[in-house]
Amino acid sequence: MAADDRFTEDFRNAREEELLGTISERVTGPVSDWASDFSHLDPEWSADPYPIQDDLRERCPIAHTGRFGGAWLPTRYEDVAAIAYDTERFSSRSIILSNFRPPRELAPIGGSPPISSDPPFHHDARKLLLPAFTKAAIAKQEPATRAFCHSLIDTFEGRDVVDAAGDYAQHIPMRVIADMLGFPPEDGSRFRVFVEDLLEGINLPPDERIERVSRLFEYLLVQVYDHIDNPREDLTTYLLNVELYGHKLAPDHVVGTMALLLIAGIDTTWSAIGASLWHLAKNPADRSRLAAEPGLLPTAIEEFLRAYAPVTMARLVKEDMHWHGVDMKADDWILLSFPAANRDPVQFDRAGEVIIDREVNRHAAFGLGIHRCVGSHLARMELRVALEAWLARIPEFTLADPAAVTWAAGQIRGPRALPLRIR
Amino acid sequence: MKIQIGAERCQGHGRCYDRAPDLFGADEEGYGKVLGDGTTPPGKERDARLAAANCPERAIDLLEEG
Repeated sequence: MAADDRFTEDFRNAREEELLGTISERVTGPVSDWASDFSHLDPEWSADPYPIQDDLRERCPIAHTGRFGGAWLPTRYEDVAAIAYDTERFSSRSIILSNFRPPRELAPIGGSPPISSDPPFHHDARKLLLPAFTKAAIAKQEPATRAFCHSLIDTFEGRDVVDAAGDYAQHIPMRVIADMLGFPPEDGSRFRVFVEDLLEGINLPPDERIERVSRLFEYLLVQVYDHIDNPREDLTTYLLNVELYGHKLAPDHVVGTMALLLIAGIDTTWSAIGASLWHLAKNPADRSRLAAEPGLLPTAIEEFLRAYAPVTMARLVKEDMHWHGVDMKADDWILLSFPAANRDPVQFDRAGEVIIDREVNRHAAFGLGIHRCVGSHLARMELRVALEAWLARIPEFTLADPAAVTWAAGQIRGPRALPLRIR
Repeated sequence: MKIQIGAERCQGHGRCYDRAPDLFGADEEGYGKVLGDGTTPPGKERDARLAAANCPERAIDLLEEG
């Protein structure tokens, strides 16, 4: 096949020059006051953010911090929804809050389209991905996902305690997205490092952060070259060949979208599976009911997604403005907490309780508006199949050591160590 | 009862066709569509109301008929 001349050394150098943005001062140390100095990296937040969010919603309700060069945290559903819908005043050109703000010229495409894109480019970039992520397209992945879940449970043979996060939940989305992108299935352990680098390393010194992020892009380029040499039926080959406005995609669009599909699909669903198992381990009535009534699972899953929504997004304020009672400055971050919105008592009855047969549940776990998670049907399938397989094989389980459960810090929250006693 | 989806509001969450597959389907990009002519068959009114009540984008309109 003809060489694809988009992915040359020049492309990589050009990409590095694009990374010129603004870097804000690193602030570390414990939070002094949640309303005026919040940090989603604080261990108190990682361990249990809900009481903090509930308190802020009552008395604030939009918190501020000077960390990360300035950021706002709305906690009411109404405010979160208003920002998600307002793409005129809030940009998605970076959706991971850190000390680095990409240059304004990066909009409307952003580094990882379409999640980082603003209108009008966003719609066209998103349209390219939608057919591969419909419920019907995702259903094709279900038999292999189910078989993989059972193969993981097979490895628990003879063990009394397993780590449901490290030995089970994390592997499921890694395997499925590796299959869809056409990456080697054995690369899962590397994906975990990429995820941690990108999403949890946000307060590292800038040079170290850039170094870590570049490792992911080096890996993706290896996959690009492999697919140029050996095209096959997968999303990577699709992205290499698909056209937008009559041309193949720009090389940074291809690699940025690959990064998005790899990273966004992993620790999000890993977190949702883990949080659901954590809840069931602590609540024997819910556990035994779901084991006996698997037909209730889709309803229960929506409730787990509401109550333990794993994903918080970020936005950047476009211009100085007075907004819903606060003075926002251009380039202030917004920490767009769908988890906080999902526990707003104005929007949900008994918002702080987990009710597994809740019938009316208009939650925002997958976002609202034009950036609705493109992988939501994939995430729901993985979550349902992972819980079905677990409950069928391991209907009884408890927390082996509540003090040993750890939660990820940053915008994606879920258990990273979850020792469960399974017999 | 007549069901309508506001196409400008629908973002393809799919809560409607997950919850009420007799009444809703998906197009080739995953956006919701009303099956048939949108008239709710007898006995399906509750499903229609629950689908509307669960739509995150409030994109489903139910038109009660006289």
